[in-house]
Amino acid sequence: MTELVIIGGGPAGMSAAIAAYEAGIRDVLIIERDEALGGILQQCIHNGFGLHKFGEELTGPEYAWRYEKRVRELGIAFKLGTMVLDISKDKVITATNPEDGMFRIEARAIILAMGCRERSKGALNIAGTRPAGIYSAGTAQKYVNMKGYLPGKEIVILGSGDIGLIMARRMTLEGAKVKMVCELMPFSSGLARNIEQCLNDFDIPLKLSHTVVEIHGKERVEGVTIARVDENRKPIEETREFVPCDTLLLSVGLIPENELSKKIGVKLSPITGGAEVDEKRQTSVPGVFACGNVLHVHDLVDFVSEEAEIAGRAAAEYIMEEVAEMQEYVEIETDGRIRYTVPQKTLRGDDVTVFFRVGNVARNVKINVYSGERLVLTKRKSRVAPGEMESVVLSSEILESAKKLRFCLEEE
Amino acid sequence: MYDITVIGAGVIGGMIARELAKYELKICIVEREGDVAMGATRANSAIVHAGFDAAEGSLKARFNVRGSEMMEKVAEELGVKYKRNGSLVIGFCEEDLKTLKALEERGNKNGVRGLRIVSGEELFKIEPNLSKNVRYALYAPTGAIVCPYELTVAAIGNAMDNGADLKLDFEVTDIRKTDDGYDVISSGETVRTRYVINAAGLYSDRIAAMTGDSSFSVHPRRGEYILLDKECGSLVNTTVFRTPSKMGKGILISPTVDGNLLLGPTSEDMTDKEDRKTTAKGFEKVIKEAAEDVDGIPFNKVITSFCGLRAVGSTGDFIINSPFANFINVAGIESPGLTSAPAIAEYIVGLLEKNGAKLSRKKEHNPIRRPMHYFREASFEEKNEIIKRDKAFGRIVCRCEEVTEGEILEAIRTNPRPRDLDGVKRRTRAQMGRCQGGFCSPYIVELLAREMNIPYEEVTKFGGNSRVNLARTKGEA
Amino acid sequence: MERKLTCIVCPLGCELCAVLDGKSVVSVSGNTCRRGEKYAIEECTDPRRTVTTTVRCSDGGVVAVKTDCAVAKKDMAECMKIINNFVAHLPIAIGDIIIKDVFGSNVVATQNKE
Repeated sequence: MTELVIIGGGPAGMSAAIAAYEAGIRDVLIIERDEALGGILQQCIHNGFGLHKFGEELTGPEYAWRYEKRVRELGIAFKLGTMVLDISKDKVITATNPEDGMFRIEARAIILAMGCRERSKGALNIAGTRPAGIYSAGTAQKYVNMKGYLPGKEIVILGSGDIGLIMARRMTLEGAKVKMVCELMPFSSGLARNIEQCLNDFDIPLKLSHTVVEIHGKERVEGVTIARVDENRKPIEETREFVPCDTLLLSVGLIPENELSKKIGVKLSPITGGAEVDEKRQTSVPGVFACGNVLHVHDLVDFVSEEAEIAGRAAAEYIMEEVAEMQEYVEIETDGRIRYTVPQKTLRGDDVTVFFRVGNVARNVKINVYSGERLVLTKRKSRVAPGEMESVVLSSEILESAKKLRFCLEEE
Repeated sequence: MYDITVIGAGVIGGMIARELAKYELKICIVEREGDVAMGATRANSAIVHAGFDAAEGSLKARFNVRGSEMMEKVAEELGVKYKRNGSLVIGFCEEDLKTLKALEERGNKNGVRGLRIVSGEELFKIEPNLSKNVRYALYAPTGAIVCPYELTVAAIGNAMDNGADLKLDFEVTDIRKTDDGYDVISSGETVRTRYVINAAGLYSDRIAAMTGDSSFSVHPRRGEYILLDKECGSLVNTTVFRTPSKMGKGILISPTVDGNLLLGPTSEDMTDKEDRKTTAKGFEKVIKEAAEDVDGIPFNKVITSFCGLRAVGSTGDFIINSPFANFINVAGIESPGLTSAPAIAEYIVGLLEKNGAKLSRKKEHNPIRRPMHYFREASFEEKNEIIKRDKAFGRIVCRCEEVTEGEILEAIRTNPRPRDLDGVKRRTRAQMGRCQGGFCSPYIVELLAREMNIPYEEVTKFGGNSRVNLARTKGEA
Repeated sequence: MERKLTCIVCPLGCELCAVLDGKSVVSVSGNTCRRGEKYAIEECTDPRRTVTTTVRCSDGGVVAVKTDCAVAKKDMAECMKIINNFVAHLPIAIGDIIIKDVFGSNVVATQNKE
């Protein structure tokens, strides 16, 4: 029996492990499928990480190294190159690696920190041929940054997610020509700073309300047809335009990787694609916690680390049986304009920070929190966007008197 | 000099080569693409048809019913996944019921066993997720599913294990009659052979014309498909067809042997034998019809879509003949071609004998091929035994389909050897899951480069000009 | 003259407005912190960027590097050329100086590699 097993050794897993260790749990094991700790940060070699957490700008590998150093200093156990294949409902983990072969570990508590994957081309149903030269942005990032190869020279990027923007700059610096970034929506899902320093710096046009409607080329991509879309996101025939290129990069969204969570029987949110959790990031299965991008996709790794600390400490409490008596949860609902919150429910007692995303860009709005008919909290925002995670703090006083809270986005 | 040269390494050429490898014959398979199973075999419905579709007395009917009977054993010998899941042809109205009854009658005449019309409670017990508008169905318990490229890889691998040669990137440019057979000519190499078997799929008319036989033509019929995630494969148990009508056969909804859900195909007659483009219209049609037939299809779980070209002959039936001595056409093998393949192979043996070929059984012949998926299906303890012998089986490369490095290396080293990413995908399922190779392809490229001893940037997606990477970054080290 | 800018100092991405008199910045608005003001002034007078990329290693692979301070935007392409022509010897630890004084900045490793 291992007290705490953490699935995933990326920023969430490492941060959770350190927090649990510092809360008194010594018997911690991190299981990482890659050959190094750090997860996807290892290939995110650009800077911009850690401002919130460390007050300085770090690159992805540097940010990860801060945590890896700490993991090593504390002597927290980890297994690399190890893939978890199954987790049973009674928390028996089946995993495999070249040295140990297939093995099973029983855990008292589990923290899920498996991260997310990119939405693939298949999910988009783009018409046309299926040649070489179509990659998700993260795959291209791996080729360029980890392997040292250039998957393309003349590039069109579909989707203005941050990885796509970052790759526009990376490929340009490495000598490729990025012709344009097409974004289906009338706004970018990436950070404004990335549009500025990754596109504008290199005069790469961002075509909002545009999509790729057809891929051309038999063996290698020879071009794509792009088109403007109307307000229902349907391509407008007359605006079709052929753009010669040898590569199409896709940055069209991230999906939490919850295949293992399903095996344990964790209840998932259809909106986030991750587990439904309480304020301690505990899932519907007692003793199973989730944090980082497997729970919901974050914009900033700094917030992944913080969320993971919450989960790590909570797992420690669970193991040490410092769990408060059974109480009723305060449920949190949203109005739809606010798409979701994490956590989705919380116990009373302490102040709780609730993270959320909106469904559409809006300006001069109020985030209103209602307890029944009563407005208990208002936060004003000059601008909100789906690409930017927001948060409010629910004070212990608000929670004390509430049964159910409703988050609404309303006009000034 | 070869005794037999099979042109085309699709399921037909592959099954024929495998069958002929049982005899004392020197066999060569030539294929213009960089891998086997690259034509119509690569993208079709993956169905072992029961045999009620084809007209009584046709070659299609004869080989379909016989092939359907043979397939289970063939699949078992070749270590290929096969599932007899049954099929349903669904009807929405009285008119459809009439057609279903006609189909049933035709099936009975063709010799299909166990056909019956089902309705009401029984129907929904077989297939609970059918649309409530479905009223009747023709149930064929002998309908089955198999993976066409897995079958072909295994058949050709088995033929090679029993002595056959495979020449890839061999595009036949001419065929010349010689004193004792033919010269089969490509730009790089000429193969001398006693007999030629033309199983060149869409191009079998051109191959026949090279010898002077222009009695038939073959045109492509496009079929677009959509494939859904493995978690959707249990939505239907059987393969669900629509009642054929004036509007055509309509699309089918079927689980695959690997647990995905397959929707399609559209059906569009074309002239371009290379046009495998998918279209927005195609997606719409497949999605619309599928949603009419079965409730609750999660279209947000689509993992890929593709287009296949069926080789449709000009005669309406399979074209299996010998226009000249020592030359055999096996052409126009459209649906139910996959099902018919083992029966056609069996028939070709007889046709060769009629052509004067002396066939004697090999003393040492092994019909068995180890399944590519043996590791996947091994128990916990068996897996550990394998990993102890070869650590590479402990390293998962493709996380979505849980494919190990050991399985990938073994596939790369097993006949017919894959030389590109798609070849590895078809043999191991690595890159075939929900991330579509996003995570694992950079590592599989590395494995291919190492095994083939070529630079990383020379590895292709599917041969030719389909390189995955175009250059190294930086200067040379 | 006014110039609109998107601040790149932190993920907030504030929309800044710099008022210019000739080449010098008279005032900055829209910023929510002091660094935003500093960025606007620098961006209008001497725009700079940190370059993050990789360098070829003696084993044929690559390792991630960055310039340890921002280099002038106009020098970025030249900076890349220098980095691209360099081969680094292993082992490399985070923080190691790989190339000294490239347009006033050192190129340092941001990854460990044995």
